[in-house]
Amino acid sequence: MTSSDSPATDAAVVVRGLRKSYGSKHAVDGLDLTVERGEVVAILGPNGAGKTTTVEILEGFRDRDAGEVSVLGVDPATAGRSWRARIGVVLQTMNDQAELTVGELVRHFARYYPDPRDPAELIEAVGLTDKIGTRTRQLSGGQRRRLDVALGIVGHPELLFLDEPTTGFDPQARRSFWDLVAGLRDAGTTILLTTHYLDEAEQLADRVAVVRDGRLVALGAPHELGGPEARRAVVRWSEPAAEGGPPRPRQERTATPTAFVRALAARLGAGPGDEIPDLQVVRPSLEDVYLGLIGEPAATGPVMATAALDGEPS
Amino acid sequence: MTTPTQARRPGAAPTRTRTGAGRLPSTLAIGWSRVGIELRQFFRERDAVIFIFAYPIIMLAIFATVFGQDDGRVGPPPGIPFAQYFLPGMVATGVMLSSFQNLAITIASERDDGGLKRLRATPMPATSYFLGKVGQVLLTSIVQAALLLVVAATLFDVPMPDTAGRWWTFVWIFALGTATGCVCGIGFSAVPRSGRAASAVVTPVVLVLQFISGVFFQYDQLPTWMQQVASLFPLKWMAQGMRSVFLPEGAEAGEVSGSWEHGATAAVLLAYLVVGLVLGVRTFRWRRRDDG
Repeated sequence: MTSSDSPATDAAVVVRGLRKSYGSKHAVDGLDLTVERGEVVAILGPNGAGKTTTVEILEGFRDRDAGEVSVLGVDPATAGRSWRARIGVVLQTMNDQAELTVGELVRHFARYYPDPRDPAELIEAVGLTDKIGTRTRQLSGGQRRRLDVALGIVGHPELLFLDEPTTGFDPQARRSFWDLVAGLRDAGTTILLTTHYLDEAEQLADRVAVVRDGRLVALGAPHELGGPEARRAVVRWSEPAAEGGPPRPRQERTATPTAFVRALAARLGAGPGDEIPDLQVVRPSLEDVYLGLIGEPAATGPVMATAALDGEPS
Repeated sequence: MTTPTQARRPGAAPTRTRTGAGRLPSTLAIGWSRVGIELRQFFRERDAVIFIFAYPIIMLAIFATVFGQDDGRVGPPPGIPFAQYFLPGMVATGVMLSSFQNLAITIASERDDGGLKRLRATPMPATSYFLGKVGQVLLTSIVQAALLLVVAATLFDVPMPDTAGRWWTFVWIFALGTATGCVCGIGFSAVPRSGRAASAVVTPVVLVLQFISGVFFQYDQLPTWMQQVASLFPLKWMAQGMRSVFLPEGAEAGEVSGSWEHGATAAVLLAYLVVGLVLGVRTFRWRRRDDG
């Protein structure tokens, strides 16, 4: 996997063998990741998995202990102003610059960049035109986040970092935030986002990177994540008891559910018109796959988690 | 689920080609823009306006009114009118509040609320940030000192310096004091552990210095040990230097050393400036302590 030559420079982000420790804790422990230009990649993982540490190394906020990192062809550890002008960073929720208005902030931040967007158009694009004269302390959480994005993209970044962009949003605010990000994606901005929300990753990302204990455990399109093994179907049914007792719920994971059900029907002696009691064939959701990947304890693993919803597990 | 995943074109989206010609704005231009932003933020914080900007003016008005009743005077007869004696200490206090207290508190808060980190993620040069801070301090403290002098001259009949030499002393002590206060304030902003603790940590330091440095009391009447402690800090020297500007001819006889000690004043302020600069450059952080 890891090659010894320096990272290819054409991709937006190339990370090889990244390591970072805090004392004895290995926050990032040999992580590899490539983000192509124009791509949206979501980094998913539980708290403490190393998501934020990784992203902050890519943003140039932290030094790394080992590994190769190239962001837009430059090592963030030694990158200068012209590199910063090419990236956009939206950090986790903050309450800074409370006394300045939306318009003042966007116009001011535009002055930092060689090729900024038009402030008025940008404020329109993030839907804050009617808040242009409002101080940021009076904005709602969702409006505040839209302002954060506006400040992150005012310099026309080639690569945008979004760190947990919709934490604490109501569903409607999330939906409109997603539309905003989708618009950036469609305009060709490369986006690397971290999130706790699977639906967010599914909605926005071309590829999802699942991180656990500072390592990449899976990488792929949301509907392919984890590979065929993690996506094996679960067949559930009720098995009639031998001597007239109550039927017992049963379940089985199988790569070939159709063949399995056919065999099951034959074994239970069901004729062409008969039904297998309580038959279900369930494909794991992204959430099921994700929980399996990050190694949640078996009791809440993919199969049992859904089985528990239907009643008593076997 | 409204957007089908197959509609994406991973890696196929056109990379935006930059027009290229755009050059990074100069450090000075961004610094100037920061001055404007800093001024707006300062004057929109009611706390800052009252306890940093207006404080010396309010204190002068109160003290001069209370102690100046019945022609209250300081020192051996004929004595110096109280308002005149009190004004230099308030000018020195204003410099310290506008520079040291202001920067120590605001930078600690900005670090804590993530404002500094946000700026660090942009192509804004660090120098521009500090230019903005120093510019805000300079403009604010000039206006503050001007108002203080106008109030003293018009409401309390304090005579203004009438020689170029005295004004020159005013200017260099004011400028050097402001520079030292800025540098020390930037350095001291690392001390409060959170933005909320910033005022609670910084304000008492400034208040104690005001009491022992002869701002509220007649310096030569303080206990000797207190004078010695105060001599270790810049405020005492700034107040003494400002007395040399505003008190009448011969008033240096009332000083502990019997002279204005301008050389010592310059030396102490310069020493703080240099040490503060070295420490500040080494310890300045854009992120909170608990942020790695």
